[in-house]
Amino acid sequence: MKEYQTITEISGPLVFAEVDEPIGYDEIVEIETPQGETKRGQVLESSEGLVAIQVFEGTTGIDRNASVRFLGETLKMPVTEDLLGRVLDGSGQPIDGGPEIVPDERRDIVGAAINPYSREYPEEFIQTGVSAIDGMNTLVRGQKLPIFSASGLPHNNLALQIARQATVPEDEDSGEESEFAVVFGAMGITQEEANEFMEDFERTGALERSVVFTNLADDPAVERTVTPRLALTTAEYLAFDKDYHVLVILTDMTNYCEALREIGAAREEVPGRRGYPGYMYTDLAQLYERAGRIEGREGSVTQIPILTMPGDDDTHPIPDLTGYITEGQIYIDRDLNSQGIRPPINPLPSLSRLMDDGIGEGLTREDHADVSDQMYAAYAEGEDLRDLVNIVGREALSERDNKYLDFAERFEAEFVNQGFDTDRSIEDTLDIGWDLLSMLPKSELNRIDEELIEDYYEEDAESVEAEA
Amino acid sequence: MSQATQDSVREDGVIASVSGPVVTARGLDARMNDVVYVGDEGLMGEVIEIEGDITTIQVYEETSGVGPGEPVESTGEPLTVDLGPGMMDAIYDGVQRPLDVLEEKMNSAFLDRGVDAPGIDLEKKWEFEPTVSVGDEVATGDVVGTVPETVTIEHKVMVPPDFEGGEVVAIEEGEFSVTETVAELDNGEEITMHQEWPVRQARPAAEKKTPREPLVSGQRILDGLFPIAKGGTAAIPGPFGSGKTVTQHQLAKWADADIVVYVGCGERGNEMTEVIEDFPELDDPKTGNPLMARTCLIANTSNMPVAARESCIYTGITIAEYYRDMGYDVALMADSTSRWAEAMREISSRLEEMPGEEGYPAYLAARLSEFYERAGYFTTVNGEEGSVSVIGAVSPPGGDFSEPVTQNTLRIVKTFWALDADLAERRHFPAINWNESYSLYQEQLDPWFVENVEDDWAEERQWAVDVLDEENELQEIVQLVGKDALPEDQQLTLEIARYLREAYLQQNAFHPTDTYCSPEKTYGILTAIHAFNDEAFKALEAGVPVEEIQAIEAAPRLNRIGVQEDWEAYIEDLKAEITEQLRELY
Ligand SMILES: Nc1ncnc2c1ncn2[C@@H]1O[C@H](COP(=O)(O)OP(=O)(O)OP(=O)(O)O)[C@@H](O)[C@H]1O
Ligand SMILES: [Mg+2]
Repeated sequence: MKEYQTITEISGPLVFAEVDEPIGYDEIVEIETPQGETKRGQVLESSEGLVAIQVFEGTTGIDRNASVRFLGETLKMPVTEDLLGRVLDGSGQPIDGGPEIVPDERRDIVGAAINPYSREYPEEFIQTGVSAIDGMNTLVRGQKLPIFSASGLPHNNLALQIARQATVPEDEDSGEESEFAVVFGAMGITQEEANEFMEDFERTGALERSVVFTNLADDPAVERTVTPRLALTTAEYLAFDKDYHVLVILTDMTNYCEALREIGAAREEVPGRRGYPGYMYTDLAQLYERAGRIEGREGSVTQIPILTMPGDDDTHPIPDLTGYITEGQIYIDRDLNSQGIRPPINPLPSLSRLMDDGIGEGLTREDHADVSDQMYAAYAEGEDLRDLVNIVGREALSERDNKYLDFAERFEAEFVNQGFDTDRSIEDTLDIGWDLLSMLPKSELNRIDEELIEDYYEEDAESVEAEA
Repeated sequence: MSQATQDSVREDGVIASVSGPVVTARGLDARMNDVVYVGDEGLMGEVIEIEGDITTIQVYEETSGVGPGEPVESTGEPLTVDLGPGMMDAIYDGVQRPLDVLEEKMNSAFLDRGVDAPGIDLEKKWEFEPTVSVGDEVATGDVVGTVPETVTIEHKVMVPPDFEGGEVVAIEEGEFSVTETVAELDNGEEITMHQEWPVRQARPAAEKKTPREPLVSGQRILDGLFPIAKGGTAAIPGPFGSGKTVTQHQLAKWADADIVVYVGCGERGNEMTEVIEDFPELDDPKTGNPLMARTCLIANTSNMPVAARESCIYTGITIAEYYRDMGYDVALMADSTSRWAEAMREISSRLEEMPGEEGYPAYLAARLSEFYERAGYFTTVNGEEGSVSVIGAVSPPGGDFSEPVTQNTLRIVKTFWALDADLAERRHFPAINWNESYSLYQEQLDPWFVENVEDDWAEERQWAVDVLDEENELQEIVQLVGKDALPEDQQLTLEIARYLREAYLQQNAFHPTDTYCSPEKTYGILTAIHAFNDEAFKALEAGVPVEEIQAIEAAPRLNRIGVQEDWEAYIEDLKAEITEQLRELY
């Protein structure tokens, strides 16, 4: 392996070096600083005689005398089942003091795309135990469903609640509930947040079936572009080679995107919207699309990426592009949070696109789809009326309108507000739904099949409510 | 993609630089848009710029590990598609490599590099039935025979566009592969079932005509209010999650086209899987055969190489034109044209071209209009009539329609189905905003609806539009003072408008019955609401309070017409009941 001391330019996270042999695009590079520190990087552009290198650990300490080695291969993740229970840093080095990892295989971290023809459509219901998700935005195995949050909101608690509670009720073949292996990829989160996750993993024993990658806020930003790829390569291996159902939690995707922007700026690329690179959609898709099921394989990769929306704005490129790629999204709502609703999920803008095929008779319950539709409509109507109430007062509204207002109140207080520690079965969730819907006259339930109304509508709920 | 059948290699070059999907080569003798093989693994690419000795190539596969010095080979041919029997019921990537064949060849569920495959099976034998005889004169585009391609589609074997035509000297029925000659002409031309065509060039047609027939979609709001013509163009812009893909899937399922070409351009893998799994199970309402038998899928998902995404739109439209040439009505759905535009932008920025608006290349508008111009109702070269309808989804960043792709598309297309985040959030589906959307085909299609559905089709529609307009105005007042402050007749209008929204405009794509609504049923629902309107206003005039009118038990059943199989009887009963219940009140 040849060593070069030919660095011509250092700019932000980038180093340019002259070479006299052909270097492959995306190849891994080691740079040794005169102080003896070794940093790793990747070839971003390779031309005859000159390469541009993106340095993961930041370029601090590199000067023109640093030596550059090209390793002749692209970045690989050593994979093995033994990774379960391990804690690694953002570039895949163990940091838990455990034994050396003996890989089964070393896999390219830029995963090849799953052939769309080889995919299997995800349709197995995952019970998260969270009503606002299970009832109205159902998650299925192999889905990618991000949490859209913002700074200061309890998205981590929700992610942990899901990681703790997620099961697939009664596997038909084995008759058992099956648990998930968790691959956790942290990008640029604080030590405190990381501790929160680690403590919960340890407390609940989840760590044993988890692989944790942590790039912390004070770790190099460029490394963040690698962390999720290491996590997903591991997840794919566990799912498609070792038959695990894997839940991948990636947090915080906003930090990942900031790192992309930084690299783009250093390369003096023409920026896209708000300074983010024009290829950010493609780049994010190459992460998010690494979820799914494959025909003939046991396992699955389900992704829950978390992102914090700058300025609570969902038209910001990070949530916007994410929403365009993922199969729905769960919104954490600032207002609900300040009202003390936990988890503060706002179901109205939330969506699970794979819900329709994962629910219903034989999967969850026959009335699931209709109940969900009707609750959406009723809550949306109640929400609308709240604006009006502020102007004209409750008395000016009709009896019908007042019922919708009551519905919205109770919906938030009872259906959504279950706390981070309550684990509800889907039956419980739907039954609570009927409790609430039965506040409305039957004739208002126009999205529910008439037979289902006969079976589930609680006739006396209206009067019970009136007495109370 | 037909390079697999080519071996006419021109002069080789070597790679000078690699940056993502863009590679430059030195010493390559190639023309603009020629297909080249790049690197030791022979990755497929296309020449997109030539400057002096440096040729710039966009590569259709991942370029990790590829470096300077590796060889580049030109095929001397532009990017073409293989045309012939076998494209129905097929699924391709953006450069027409069959994904099922790739899976087999790569022996993996993941897409590997450097594997090539022809777009149609070159060995498979097809049953060829001549439609001309020895001694007949045939011209360019004429049909010389047919092949049963699927249960639904009779594939017509045509004299290719670059042939002169002449007298048939030999033709015979029997089993042939697509590369075997099925007919010989006196000038020596040999006709096979296989044609090739460069994707970036429109196939010739004799004449473009004014479209006068609707592409019936089975979707009430589309057929009823904003119809698209066979041979027409439509855009569906909308923010994420507003229903672009569901609408496109609905059209692919239920539109009364002969052939559907569905292009998944830079979107989700699972959405393509859904089509692959669902379509073979669903019946084409027109023929009763599985939908897949009339469908060609092109799947270049968001994580697949971006250069192949750029070309997938062209691959799709070329296949569509080929079936049009046979005299078929073809509908092409492109989901999403924004991802195509972004692929152009990505390549353009790697070329360091001068960026236009929002970083898109200056030729964005030209490319979009070239593409939509390939739609139309045509007289084909052989004198038949055929059409290509194009429906493009647009994904504006932040849902803001003022961005360049939406704006440039709206300048070209004649139907605009505006999706609305607000409606989607309330689960009003399809979330097509009836105030913003339009169809410029309405007038030219009305005669068809009058002739084929009902005489007062246009008048009924106008009634609905008027009520919805009025609701729109009244809502502004309601927002300020509440509904109960309105005069009774206006309250009743709001109630009627609510039924228009819930029973007529809304349609559940996932309900087995409601998913498809014939134009007759669309009309039936509208007239049922209209009948309720008339009776209700009579009651109001007779002094019945509006609350009592609203409270009649039968009215909410209007919302259930959509899910009725036997809707005609249901509507008859319902109308009678509504009338009875209202008249009892006075
Ligand atoms: N006609 C409809 N009937 C019932 N549900 C619908 C209908 N249209 C859309 N939906 C619902 O809206 C969801 C989102 O629709 P869709 O996937 O088509 O959005 P999109 O506009 O294509 O989003 P993206 O730009 O992210 O791809 C669907 O999963 C479905 O739940
Ligand atoms: Mg879509």
